[in-house]
Amino acid sequence: MMLPDKRLLLLPTLLLALLATATTAAEPRSGYEYIKQSTRDMQDDDFENPGMLALEQGRQLFNVTPAGREKSCAACHGSEGEDLDVTGIARYPVHNGNGLVTLQKQINSCRENHGDGSLPIDHPDLIALETFVRNRAAGEVINVQTDGPMAPLLEKGEQLYRLRYGLIDMSCQHCHDFYPGQRIRGQTISQGMSNGFPAYRLDIGEMTNLHQRIQQCLSLMRAEPFEAGSEEINLMGLYIMSRSNGLKIETPAVRY
Amino acid sequence: MRYCRISLLSGILLLQLALLTGSGIATAREQALPDDYCQWAVTDYAIAQPLCELAGDASRGMAIALDSGRGNCLACHQLPIPDVEAYGTIGPPLSGIGARLTKGQIRLRVVDTREINPMSIMPGFYRDPRLIHRPDKRYAGRTFLNAQQVEDVIAYLVTLK
Ligand code: HEC
Ligand code: HEC
Repeated sequence: MMLPDKRLLLLPTLLLALLATATTAAEPRSGYEYIKQSTRDMQDDDFENPGMLALEQGRQLFNVTPAGREKSCAACHGSEGEDLDVTGIARYPVHNGNGLVTLQKQINSCRENHGDGSLPIDHPDLIALETFVRNRAAGEVINVQTDGPMAPLLEKGEQLYRLRYGLIDMSCQHCHDFYPGQRIRGQTISQGMSNGFPAYRLDIGEMTNLHQRIQQCLSLMRAEPFEAGSEEINLMGLYIMSRSNGLKIETPAVRY
Repeated sequence: MRYCRISLLSGILLLQLALLTGSGIATAREQALPDDYCQWAVTDYAIAQPLCELAGDASRGMAIALDSGRGNCLACHQLPIPDVEAYGTIGPPLSGIGARLTKGQIRLRVVDTREINPMSIMPGFYRDPRLIHRPDKRYAGRTFLNAQQVEDVIAYLVTLK
């Protein structure tokens, strides 16, 4: 009988080492730390940052009173959104006792209450409104609830994050936990944080919300992306936002 | 020798998927393998037999390794090819790989490296398609590369001494 290969003995050690990397949570770092200096400069300059267009569009929508209605968003929250609770914004997504409420959902429910009707998750107007509202809280520290009713939801979100998807057969964790700082072809991989969203994406030249970014990473893996507004995407988005706890909101960020 | 082989590791992955999503994924194993999928067997961390008994072509293999729409090995590995703008830094450089590993060992790494390291980020280029979770419809039931392409890439890698 042959003796087992030496490498067979090494395998458990290797696995343990990998598991250890997987479970020790790294200090969260903003995507800002991984982008090129020129991209940072673009983000930091209000005249250069293309996300400012969406912000302006959001400001207008916030202030417009729809035909036949009495109130704009500004009627309750101030024309600059000055009556919004910025620490509250940094808590989203929140749990309202019944389930998860994303900031998009909250904006949509305000619109419904005032007769505007809710917008599809990837509608440019909703992205613009979310950009304006989140930007009110720029610089606030993200502080998503992680205990109580959130705990089981976060666990599901994390499981989804660790699953492999698509022909490329990788999990989100593979790139954003194991290899941040490494390059995949020319692109530096970040921790995949959400503090910059909605963000302007240089790659596609568009503003995208977090859910669209998740879908784009799934497509990159040649996977069938989860649908906009689906439970899976909400859970993943929640988990990603909780990973970003402690980071300052940068909306609208400029990202690859 | 060819026989059907569902490894322990793949089994664990399936179980993990099944636990999370319930019925949807558990059916994966019941799906038929595509007709043109050739079975392969691992011995001593190597696949000795060429896939479908095909012979590879090194120059085609180099083109596949470079091509971002096909092998895209460059996404993660450095290769000794001049005039390439950007290499990935995720995997080890592949220069000299032909001197470090045997052809059969290289074949296993390209076919499905999860057999060695279940946590590996490297895609299995000829992984059992039934093990793929939520593939885009255009790719369902397919392998990343076909058997000929895999053999071409291997023929190229063994020349990197
Ligand atoms: C093959 C590698 C890879 C995988 C797997 C991957 N991503 Fe990404 N992801 C990237 C790259 C490259 C970028 C752009 C650079 C960056 O910001 O990290 C990115 C960006 C992101 C961002 C934006 C970060 C920022 O600051 O702008 C988020 C959020 C994200 N990914 C989430 C995910 C999720 C969720 C999954 C799994 C469904 C996933 N990623 C899987 C490579 C990957
Ligand atoms: C997404 C990243 C990625 C891609 C794409 C990729 N690899 Fe890898 N590869 C790795 C990593 C990481 C390792 C190190 C071992 C591990 O993590 O399992 C590796 C290891 C290897 C090894 C063993 C190297 C050694 O020194 O032992 C070979 C051979 C190899 N890859 C060939 C290829 C070929 C050929 C392709 C394309 C057809 C390819 N790889 C595509 C990430 C990748």
